[in-house]
Amino acid sequence: MPVPGTAAPLLPLPAPGRPSPLGHGFSNQRIPWLPGSQGSGHKHSLSRICAGISLLSQLSSCSQSSHRGWQRTLPGPCCLPPFGKGHVGAVSARCPVILPRLQLGAAALAMEFAELIKTAKVENVQLSCPQLPPVRGTLCITSHHLLLSSQPGANEEQGPLELWLLIRNVDSVEKRVANSMGTITLKCKDLKVLQLEIPGMEECLNIASSIEALSSVDSVMMMYPFFCRPRNMKLKDGWQLYPLQHYHQQIASQTDVWRLSCVNRDFAICRTYPPTVIVPASVDDNVLKKAARFRQGGRFPILSYYHKKNGMVMLRSSQPLIGPNKKHCQEDELLLSTVLQRGKRGFIIDTRSAQAAKQAQMMGGGTELRASYPHWKRLHRPLERGRPLQESFMKLVEACNDPSVSMDRWLSKLESSKWLAHVKGALSTACLAAQCIEREEACVLVHGAEGTDTTLLVTALAQVILDPGCRTLTGFQSLLEREWIEAGHPFHSRCAHSAYSHARLKQEAPIFLLFLDCVWQLGRQFPFSLQFSERLLLVLFEHAYASCYGTFLCNSEKERCLCETKEKTHSLWSWLNQPSEWKNLLNPLYTYNALVIWPSVEPQSLQLWQGLFLRWIRSSQYLDEAWAEIQRLQRNCEDGPEERSGCTLCHSQPDAAHPLPVTGTGNTG
Amino acid sequence: MTPPLPHGAGARARARVWVRSCSAAMEHIRTPKVENVCLIDRISSRKAAVGTLYLTATHVIFVENVSETRKETWILHSQISSVEKQATTATGCPLLIRCKNFQIIQLIIPQERDCHDVYISLIRLARPVKYEELYCFSFNPKLDKEEREQGWRLVSLHEEYNRMGVPNNYWQISDVNRDYQVCDSYPTEVYIPNSATAHIIVGSSKFRSRRRFPALSYYCKDNNASICRSSQPLSGFSARCLEDEQMLQAIRKANPGSNFIYVVDTRPKLNAMANRAAGKGYESEDNYSNIKFQFIGIENIHVMRSSLQKMLEVCELRSPSMSDFLWGLENSGWLKHIKAIMDAGIFIAKAVAEEGVSVLVHCSDGWDRTAQVCSVASLLLDPFYRTLKGFMVLVEKDWVSFGHKFNHRYGNLDGDPKEISPVIDQFIECVWQLMEQFPCAFEFNERFLIHIQHHIYSCQFGNFLCNSQKERRELRIQERTYSLWAHLWKNRADYMNPLYREDHNQTQGTLRPQTAPCNFLYKFWSGMYNRFEKGLQPRQSVTDYLMAVKEETQQLEEELEVLEQRLANLRKVQLNNRKENAKQQDRITHLGLSPAYNSIANTPQDYINGVKSFPSRSPSQGDEEDSALILTQDNLKSSDLDLSANSDQESGVEDLSCRSPSGGGCLPSEDSIRDPDSDEAVFLTV
Repeated sequence: MPVPGTAAPLLPLPAPGRPSPLGHGFSNQRIPWLPGSQGSGHKHSLSRICAGISLLSQLSSCSQSSHRGWQRTLPGPCCLPPFGKGHVGAVSARCPVILPRLQLGAAALAMEFAELIKTAKVENVQLSCPQLPPVRGTLCITSHHLLLSSQPGANEEQGPLELWLLIRNVDSVEKRVANSMGTITLKCKDLKVLQLEIPGMEECLNIASSIEALSSVDSVMMMYPFFCRPRNMKLKDGWQLYPLQHYHQQIASQTDVWRLSCVNRDFAICRTYPPTVIVPASVDDNVLKKAARFRQGGRFPILSYYHKKNGMVMLRSSQPLIGPNKKHCQEDELLLSTVLQRGKRGFIIDTRSAQAAKQAQMMGGGTELRASYPHWKRLHRPLERGRPLQESFMKLVEACNDPSVSMDRWLSKLESSKWLAHVKGALSTACLAAQCIEREEACVLVHGAEGTDTTLLVTALAQVILDPGCRTLTGFQSLLEREWIEAGHPFHSRCAHSAYSHARLKQEAPIFLLFLDCVWQLGRQFPFSLQFSERLLLVLFEHAYASCYGTFLCNSEKERCLCETKEKTHSLWSWLNQPSEWKNLLNPLYTYNALVIWPSVEPQSLQLWQGLFLRWIRSSQYLDEAWAEIQRLQRNCEDGPEERSGCTLCHSQPDAAHPLPVTGTGNTG
Repeated sequence: MTPPLPHGAGARARARVWVRSCSAAMEHIRTPKVENVCLIDRISSRKAAVGTLYLTATHVIFVENVSETRKETWILHSQISSVEKQATTATGCPLLIRCKNFQIIQLIIPQERDCHDVYISLIRLARPVKYEELYCFSFNPKLDKEEREQGWRLVSLHEEYNRMGVPNNYWQISDVNRDYQVCDSYPTEVYIPNSATAHIIVGSSKFRSRRRFPALSYYCKDNNASICRSSQPLSGFSARCLEDEQMLQAIRKANPGSNFIYVVDTRPKLNAMANRAAGKGYESEDNYSNIKFQFIGIENIHVMRSSLQKMLEVCELRSPSMSDFLWGLENSGWLKHIKAIMDAGIFIAKAVAEEGVSVLVHCSDGWDRTAQVCSVASLLLDPFYRTLKGFMVLVEKDWVSFGHKFNHRYGNLDGDPKEISPVIDQFIECVWQLMEQFPCAFEFNERFLIHIQHHIYSCQFGNFLCNSQKERRELRIQERTYSLWAHLWKNRADYMNPLYREDHNQTQGTLRPQTAPCNFLYKFWSGMYNRFEKGLQPRQSVTDYLMAVKEETQQLEEELEVLEQRLANLRKVQLNNRKENAKQQDRITHLGLSPAYNSIANTPQDYINGVKSFPSRSPSQGDEEDSALILTQDNLKSSDLDLSANSDQESGVEDLSCRSPSGGGCLPSEDSIRDPDSDEAVFLTV
């Protein structure tokens, strides 16, 4: 299964009901990620725990094998747990709950899915994946999981090994039938590739079509997070960790120029904004309502970031509806000019080219006219989005997976995917925004067309660059919550498919992945400045595409309310923030750094994110060992004369490990 | 490094000293000093420094006018690879100096005539015609004779072969080449199979290009397999040589565990075949019994030279797009060549370690590709070569002693430009690529490699002078110059890899790099080729940080031990221990890492392509380091230590924290706040 060393895709699970099996399973320790002891102290796992953005640049870390394994196992295999170290706890707890259910039979659990499952069980199936010995056993399809339990064999005193894959994680299913043997290749959204060899043509076709059907169920309410009930987590936990009110309080302690507005309660003004937003205090809700009508999708300019150091702000919105007749809107102008009181200057960063903005005008959109917004200067920084970005992602993954590419063609394939060019573009634009605020002491408004994709990419990245608070683990979660999830990035549509899907592209685009990649680049260039490691970024990538938690479900707050995700699913954050999980996400090298981190955006300084794109392809053993070594050194240092403490950061400031609950701004200062 | 002196007086004073010591060079200096020269920052042309340029017998020195910093940039003449005079502009006459350590200096000299003088002088100074003109003959690190001799004894090949386990029952040391009678590019001591008589050797040598007969490079005592090296046989289309065939038999017999040997020709097959027409060529399996012949296509020095050239052009591009860069890198073929060398090394290491088969390696003359491949294979096979000392031994063994033509390849003396080629640079890069893949396997760090590369070109130490051991002996190099190895060894603390541990599993046995899909494992080494552009490098050095952590832990442990001991003593003696304790307390606090660690200075880059830029990297960031690398005449200590450059400003552990692009401890952002207006210009153009 899984991969080379690093991660374990499927997870070998211990036998049902035995929470902490020592897997002797088929892997006999050859599969690194076998669930070993669940103890997290396990040397192996420890070492790989954190992922790293490390000096070695490619440490990949994900490997934590055992744990991951565990997790995956459980609930949602693929998706989530992989990383989980924290899981350990969670896992064992969960097992009993979930497993029994599954054992009762898929049918009972998921009647709704019964008709999609044409064959629920096949014996003697062989599962293989590059770099690991194949596993033979019984394949079961349940409503949300594909489960392979190994045949009882000679050396398996410990009971069968089970591998679980969340079916939602399957991106494409390819089948081949020959001589009454069928081969199904499952390409997953987290980029791993698995192969199943199934005796019997009919079974093969049935299994393939069951997986296809189950993986393409589009209804949010049918998804696994609504069924997943890990035992020691409470449903409501984690959903109110980062309320916008906290962020506003931080600002309010500095200035009273900004207020919380509930103008969007019931999502009446803008269906993609959250109910509360931060707006200039001197502008009343009626103005906002009118300004919203002048912006696509009602996304009027709202505060995205307040720079404590100089009081400058970053706003975001969607494009103004100028249209071919050059309409203008007094309220919108008022709103923006209010921001620039007292002689401040402003820059509007449009993430489209000037030409694209002009074309949009013909379609009713457009960009701010100079005359109407005299104090705002417009800059165009075209960023790729939508289909071209998705295609770039697909090409890159294809190049990485093509074993035939020789050395002389690898670089040109990498180049022709354009992915790194997109990374460079996104980072440069975010740096530009950050520079306007920090250096120019000006305010910034960012928008593209809809204001839900490249706009968020730029505003979120700029905050990581500017604000040390966003570089802590909680701060980063808070940033994601505020600038991606509540801000209405349509995760459901954008992450419906990953790089392997043959389905006709609809609205898929790896904007969020591009963001994670840029953050990884920052971490590589500033190895001490992010409190979290590469592992967190990998977890986020997986969960954005397939998850057993509800955090990334739906396209907007409004949809999430309708689906009641906050009542009926668990939050990813509450899982990540369990102490056991948390400590695996930390970067042992972290030291609080109050400065702005200006990255280099030259091509020489940007690298392919191997830990993600090559995660299942190259072995990361040696890099993991290096990572473990770094942790060891750091630990030794701490353990030295001082007493052992649970926290890994010896030289970080006291508040670093448990930073302010809300970060947006942290202590810049 | 050199203390700032009023208006370059220091530089001038030092220059005067050298003048005396090498007056020969003085006659080539048409103008010793030019004022109001502008040093351009290549990345952002807006940041230029005005200062005075000095030409000395050994260095070009640029001293900035700005009074508080008075930054100096030193460039050794021997590092200059080309000087280019460009068309005069309104501001003056631009002069571009490219260095062999990949530094690029762009100057604007106000007067065309001065520029011409500097140009003519540098052209000549950069191409000495006699060894005596080289820096190592005037370089004096203030060591006495004893110390110097000790330095030269640090690396002993005799000991190294003993370490490998030879001579033994299968291998003997031979004096057949005493006085270089058989082969003038070989060392006098060579190791050959026991069954090879002098007659066989001499016979074999006559059948090999430049008489470079098969000799032992590495012996694996675990299984008796060995790596031998030679030049190509003079086989033409059909010639044979009994002694040469016997020689190969002897090598096979020296490994009783195997009934054949591999003969690896590291050239592309086509090249080897072409050589047959000239009476050279390769071994035929028909004539040599029990050999398996294998081509491994590594291109020749001319291809490598132009490949590097192309890659450097890419590195030199100003704000290239991602496409420009990746295309350029691919078109240069550089990484492909690196991979070819690695593949050859991996093949040989596998044959020796896994199959237990001996290997004979050759190319044409057996001193370029053969040296690369043998040393890569040795490095993979033997953990000793991955230590600091072992690496020095390895270079000494496979490169220096076996007659790699350092003088010709690295252009130390003026010579045929077609002989120049980055052969050892490629080997050094192979080592770096391995370090990236096996972060815990090497005792040394990247800086060690970079400094070795620097000194191969600097001619500051005598190790790499000349083309062979014979020439070095004739020049009495060891009596007249100093050894680089001693210098590096003395400063070894700076070259340590904190992740290295003797008991770590990566430091045991053979390294087995991933071979299957592995294209992506070979990466552009910006730490080498763009090393003078600090803004492009990661801003925080994990290596230095961890090293400091490691040292601190060690110190603390030692402190603790000492303390405990003292405490025990104190108790015994019943002394009043109040005072003592307080003292210790102080020391501990003093040692603690401060959070200031992270106060990295950094400034924004150019985030705007094609448009006028933001003030980006600070003007001369890196200069301090440059000059550090450039080695001042009288200050060896600070000479090539990057660290030392910074330690001037801060001391102790903390100085690591300012290893940042702008080199100094200054707070990053302030630098550019000074000229916020420059940013504005950018926006206006939009």
